[in-house]
Amino acid sequence: MQALELEQITLDYGARRVLYDVSVTVHTGQVLVVTGRNGSGKSTLLRVICALQRQTSGEVWCHVDGVRHSPLAMRAAMGWMAPDLMLYRELTGHENLRFFADVRGATVSDAQISALLAEVGLAGRGGDLLATYSSGMTHRLRYAYALLHQPSLLLLDEPSVMLDSSGHELLERVVERQRGHGITVIATNDPREQRFADLLMRLEVGA
Amino acid sequence: MNPGNLWQATRAIVRREAQSELRNRQALNAVALFAVCSVVAVSLGLGPLNRSAELPLIHAALLWIILLFAAFTALARVFVVEEEQRTAAALRLAAPPHAVYLGKLLFNLMLLVGLAVLVALLTIVLLRMQVKNPSLFAVVLASGVLALVAGTTLVAAIIARSAARGALFAVLSLPILIPMLVTAVRGTALTLAGSGWDRVNYPVMTLIAYAVAMLVTSLFLFATVWES
Repeated sequence: MQALELEQITLDYGARRVLYDVSVTVHTGQVLVVTGRNGSGKSTLLRVICALQRQTSGEVWCHVDGVRHSPLAMRAAMGWMAPDLMLYRELTGHENLRFFADVRGATVSDAQISALLAEVGLAGRGGDLLATYSSGMTHRLRYAYALLHQPSLLLLDEPSVMLDSSGHELLERVVERQRGHGITVIATNDPREQRFADLLMRLEVGA
Repeated sequence: MNPGNLWQATRAIVRREAQSELRNRQALNAVALFAVCSVVAVSLGLGPLNRSAELPLIHAALLWIILLFAAFTALARVFVVEEEQRTAAALRLAAPPHAVYLGKLLFNLMLLVGLAVLVALLTIVLLRMQVKNPSLFAVVLASGVLALVAGTTLVAAIIARSAARGALFAVLSLPILIPMLVTAVRGTALTLAGSGWDRVNYPVMTLIAYAVAMLVTSLFLFATVWES
């Protein structure tokens, strides 16, 4: 994916306007950081980008080889993680990743899944049921879910919430690697994460 | 998505559903308990029925009513659980809609086949239902189960995000299911009475045609329902 383009995105929840006229273009290698107070629509914007939520007006386009595609058509190239992303509690961490690799049609070996689990700090815990994970470990598994298929568009919503200090190092590694082959969009209020920004977007509540 | 990948994704969804169900056994327990309680209650309430020309029809109607209500308790779960546990977004983002539909449909089919065998055996033992043509009885039962699953899986996806899911599932499904239920009851009664293929082929073909029509319609509509 060469670029992500948001074109005058507006989204209303009934009478309440959450997003108004949001436009930006992000190119491969760049990081867009979206900030704003609680309720300003940061998470909603990320959900609109990956077509989990429909905007009231405006368009999202993913540019690939000079052709623009809708986000629905580009989902295979997207990785999304958020605090409200839930995986299957009755499966182990490894089983969750195997399942999502299979449904994506991605060719990922068990060794690669184990390596990914180790990379996100879950080495040796892949065989445990997700129900037994702490909130921080669950959040680390969300990273693995988002990175499993090496997406060219990575959407990170509150990426370091629930994580310890080593979690910040993980985020740093992930963002730096993503710069090499894709686009990153981060929704956050943490000032430490704003330093990743090539483009900074500040959303205002009700604006 | 190519057919190979679609099949791989579908298989993964069936396997995941089975894994989850075998670990928490919520649907299995609910359905088995409902089936046993219903057949026992009916057998105690009715007592031994007198032999008459209508007996096969009565037995067939009881069998399908029990199957229908047991199915109502179980079939919607595949989508409702995704919404309740908020795993639907992860699945929506990763899996092609057609694979989700086919995976859930196949899992529901496996569940209902098991349920149909259980209910049929209980009905034979406790209600003393006589099956004079067992092979055709199995064929009608299988076609009916296929039609029942094909008719309800899309409705299950539609109601999953609503508040009054249980009631809505029954209310929306029943009008769609009435034609197949009438056919299944008549076909089953014929096999209980010992009719041959020359008389049973019409209900069997009707049930299969119904299942195919529902399946094709659902495949066309599912992506819109799933993404909306």
